[in-house]
Amino acid sequence: MSSAPHTIHKKGSLMEEIHDAREISVQKCYQCGKCSAGCPLAEDMDYPPSVIMRLLQTEDRQNEAIALRSETIWLCVTCETCATRCPMEIDIPGVMDFCRQRSLEKKMTHPKAKNIIAFHKAFLDSIDYTGRLYELGLIADYKARSFQLGQDVALAPGMIAKGKLSFLPELIRDRKGLAAIFRKTLHRKGGRS
Amino acid sequence: MKLGYYPGCSLKGGSREYKESVVALCKRFDITLVEVPDWNCCGATAAHNLNKELSLSLPARILAQAEKAGFEEILVPCAACYNRLMVTAHEMKTQPALGQRVKEIIGMEVSGKVRILNVIQLIEKYLLDKLELKMHRPFDYRAACYYGCLLVRPSNILQFDRPEDPETMDKVIRKIGGQPVEWEFKVECCGAGMSVSRTDLVAKLSGKVIDNAVYRGAEVIIVACPMCHSNLDMRRPDINKYLEKKTDIPVLYITQAMGLAVGISEKELGLHRHFVPVRLPEKGLLTDMPGEELEHQQKEG
Amino acid sequence: MARIGVFVCHCGENISATVDCAKVANTIAKMNGVVHSVDYKYMCSDPGQTLIKEAIREKGLTGIVVAACSPRMHEPTFRKATSEAGLNPFLCEMANIREHVSWVHDKGDPTTDKAIDVVRTLVEKVKKNQPLEPIRVPVTKTALVVGGGVAGIQAALDIANAGHKVIMVEREPSIGGHMSQLSETFPTLDCSQCILTPRMVEIAQHPNITLYTYAEVTALDGFIGNFKATIRRKAKSLDEDLCTGCGLCTTKCPVKKIPSEFEQGLGFRPAIYVPFPQAVPNKPVIDRENCTYYLKGKCRVCEKVCPTNAIRFDQEDTIMEIEAGALVLATGFDIKRADFFPEYGYGKYKDVIDGLQFERLASASGPTMGEIRRPSDGRVPEKIVFIACAGSRDPAKGIEYCSKICCMYTAKHAMLYKHKVHHGEAYVFYMDIRAGGKMYEEFVRRAIEEDDAKYVRGRVSRIYEKDGKLIVKGADTLLNGRPVEIEADMVVLATAGVASQGAEELAQTLHVSYDAHKFFAEAHPKLKPVETNTAGIFLAGACQAPKDIPESVAAASGAAAKVIGLFSNDELTREPLVAIVNRFPPPYFSTCVGCFMCQPVCPYQAIEKEQIKDRSGKVIRELARINPGLCQGCGTCVALCRSKSIDLYGYTNHQVYQEVVALLNE
Repeated sequence: MSSAPHTIHKKGSLMEEIHDAREISVQKCYQCGKCSAGCPLAEDMDYPPSVIMRLLQTEDRQNEAIALRSETIWLCVTCETCATRCPMEIDIPGVMDFCRQRSLEKKMTHPKAKNIIAFHKAFLDSIDYTGRLYELGLIADYKARSFQLGQDVALAPGMIAKGKLSFLPELIRDRKGLAAIFRKTLHRKGGRS
Repeated sequence: MKLGYYPGCSLKGGSREYKESVVALCKRFDITLVEVPDWNCCGATAAHNLNKELSLSLPARILAQAEKAGFEEILVPCAACYNRLMVTAHEMKTQPALGQRVKEIIGMEVSGKVRILNVIQLIEKYLLDKLELKMHRPFDYRAACYYGCLLVRPSNILQFDRPEDPETMDKVIRKIGGQPVEWEFKVECCGAGMSVSRTDLVAKLSGKVIDNAVYRGAEVIIVACPMCHSNLDMRRPDINKYLEKKTDIPVLYITQAMGLAVGISEKELGLHRHFVPVRLPEKGLLTDMPGEELEHQQKEG
Repeated sequence: MARIGVFVCHCGENISATVDCAKVANTIAKMNGVVHSVDYKYMCSDPGQTLIKEAIREKGLTGIVVAACSPRMHEPTFRKATSEAGLNPFLCEMANIREHVSWVHDKGDPTTDKAIDVVRTLVEKVKKNQPLEPIRVPVTKTALVVGGGVAGIQAALDIANAGHKVIMVEREPSIGGHMSQLSETFPTLDCSQCILTPRMVEIAQHPNITLYTYAEVTALDGFIGNFKATIRRKAKSLDEDLCTGCGLCTTKCPVKKIPSEFEQGLGFRPAIYVPFPQAVPNKPVIDRENCTYYLKGKCRVCEKVCPTNAIRFDQEDTIMEIEAGALVLATGFDIKRADFFPEYGYGKYKDVIDGLQFERLASASGPTMGEIRRPSDGRVPEKIVFIACAGSRDPAKGIEYCSKICCMYTAKHAMLYKHKVHHGEAYVFYMDIRAGGKMYEEFVRRAIEEDDAKYVRGRVSRIYEKDGKLIVKGADTLLNGRPVEIEADMVVLATAGVASQGAEELAQTLHVSYDAHKFFAEAHPKLKPVETNTAGIFLAGACQAPKDIPESVAAASGAAAKVIGLFSNDELTREPLVAIVNRFPPPYFSTCVGCFMCQPVCPYQAIEKEQIKDRSGKVIRELARINPGLCQGCGTCVALCRSKSIDLYGYTNHQVYQEVVALLNE
């Protein structure tokens, strides 16, 4: 036939990376805005989900940086409402997960997301140490990371009184195995971030 | 009968009453729960936010441990754990290369044959058919069944109930003598893992849920997720501040509601651990419910 | 002795870019029996055809092979040229060296070698070709129109007015289709019923048209010019000749609360009913599923009140066979019910309705006499939200294609609402406005600029009810995706247009192809838009894809023109590529042993039994005989025949054998 076969020029864009890593086609988005309309946190976001999708679609470095630096990706709580209703069946939370990971790697995280990231990291630290979540340790770690020293102090006595806070962490036996999982996935050499 | 069981961290800590009620309810129905040996945290909402491989490896290790222990089926009462385990099993099955990588990371085999049950599935599968015999008094309240996100979404993976207007918990409530209310916020998000880091947003999202439940005349909200529970219960002062009114509607786990119906004590069900006091009006107390006597007769016969 | 001419075409560069055409011609020239072999840039062009004609005349050729493209397009071209030079057209064959060779291989010697092989086999075949004569069949000049909506009506009137007989079959009790349900039509806002009902009456009164309502086509046999259709006329429980259409029975029927199909469930009808006042024929039918007499054996009120004793409770369905030369399919479309969108609450909230329901609310003959009142409490809605693409362009829950008509009817709905409720507010959530068409864009602009319809570009995520209002949660993608929340009194979903219910079964009954969405497939998307792949069956209107009224009518007239063209012939010629059971002079008669295993496998019921009698009239043998009028040349019987007694003209066993041998003997 007269038309030549397609030659795919890889642009190295985030959109391509998302497709290669997670088989999600950002290209499919036709900007209907249903995700933004249903997102419970859209009004608190700097860019609603559909705009993040558009920024990625442009395959423009500057626009990609806007997405990675956005507060949106950290406010997304993966409630999956968008994916459930997306007419094009795009895994938007998967895109958010990818952007979060990349934003961290490139140290492009939004300043206001500091506490959210601190909490996630403290959470993982706690598991890394003991294998299970140790809530008191998590809160202490989070406070140290976020300097939110006063927050939720009022809750603690109530939780203790109701038997909801343990003073000792539960340890699992195979802590070595678990430490190996963290080492292999987060590519940590020695100390923790 | 014995059933494999993955409690997860919340049930060992802040959501102790969920665990207590699950265990007590199972005991009442002659089911002994056996914990997955040496289980670890599933990574919950934190891991997938930061690292995909980690978010799959943690649940994969749990599945591997369950498999090693010879469980064909495990109960996972926490909705977040249920969600992470289901997603992991699905991704490992549909993306073999990724599955292989995860197996290498955890250094264990995962064949994917362990079935994962959430608490509603447990009730439907093992408890409902024996319910009539065990009934003590009807849970005669107008209940708003709140499913949240993690039990029903992503629906293509979980394949549990209808994603927009789920009904399984409502059916259970009806079976134990309650009246599920029609309301609009069954599957809205409560704010999930941002309870600590962005309490303001949790107060807003959970506030809308509480507000709609009260507006629709519910006397109690029923949940099956520790995160939903702690946001709706423990964060109530923040919620009330957001709503600019004092709401005192209690939030019960489905296992607590069912426990009450089959005559388990409030203490055993951990109702005293709630922040919003569980003050349900005494009504419909039927001492002549046939359940216990029938059961007794059957055991004798 | 065979004298074969071979003509190798370059097809511009389509073939010559990868195949060495000169080498093909030169190699073939050396073959036994080939007396002429040339290559040329465009063999289908006038000079190319002249090359063939001259060679036939000058060299006395007995067979032609044109090595070029697929025979689908140009076999008729070259056979015509052959015939014009005085040779039987069936002595010309095409070797496909484009689709089978040049387009699917890279340039190189192996490609050229394959082209040579392909041509070689055809040369060996054509040596065995026999002159054949086309089969002539008479044409039944009656058209069968299936479906009585606006497309069927148009096609039927066009054909009937050209002087041909038409039989129209409609499965509902009345003709009129969806158009009869519409209030006003875009882009002129003229009343739908006012322009349609005169034509419905014309159908009923036209001397050339026979109308069967409450009837369906259940089987079709035959072929172009000579179809035989079986029609099942459902029992109306009524003697139509006696009934005067006075309507007394419908007013006295005690069953009154059956949701009316015509009113889209917004109104009610009795068990004996006429779908709507302007129905054609204006005579009732009894809905047996809801009639008390059929359910409980008692009642018969209609029978008692009927002044002409026309009620027939014991009437049964009647099956009739009709003959037709052509079919026009005009079975229309359905709308996709909106209840697959749980987030929109259709079916749960009474005031969330679909577009067709809004048409009934806006229609002067509708359940509210044309006043816009919401179904739940009859209040006039102060604020309406219209949602476009509620099902269309939605691979997740709906259909992936654009339903094409919704942008326009939604603009019309907003406009009609504003014309009737001046102080009301109309919001339209849309993704794109697709208003291609004469005066269409202007119409949408009018809705926005003059009638103040508020267009918001974004999709709605959810609708729920609070305090008697419908909370519509959408987004404005032109304002950075900002969430928009509207407290509406009523929501209208522009649901998708889908294939008519039962379209798939009908397509299978009629042997026409259909697409993935069960719309009937046209023979060519551009050049044969109203033809199907089955000769003699044509398409009109939205049974092919969602279409608006002007398009449906245009397609219907197109289909009618095709039928009238077909009927301008007294007889048709068909290619003689049919199967035949061999015959020899006595005492052998045939190698056919009369097992008749071929009979059940024939998809066209073309195989009959022929009795061979001796002089005294005694039957001595029974042989298979194939009716050339019915045979479609599929070859199934040939493959099955155990005694190898059946041959397919144009593709005889001997010819195919020669092709295979040619390939084996390099």
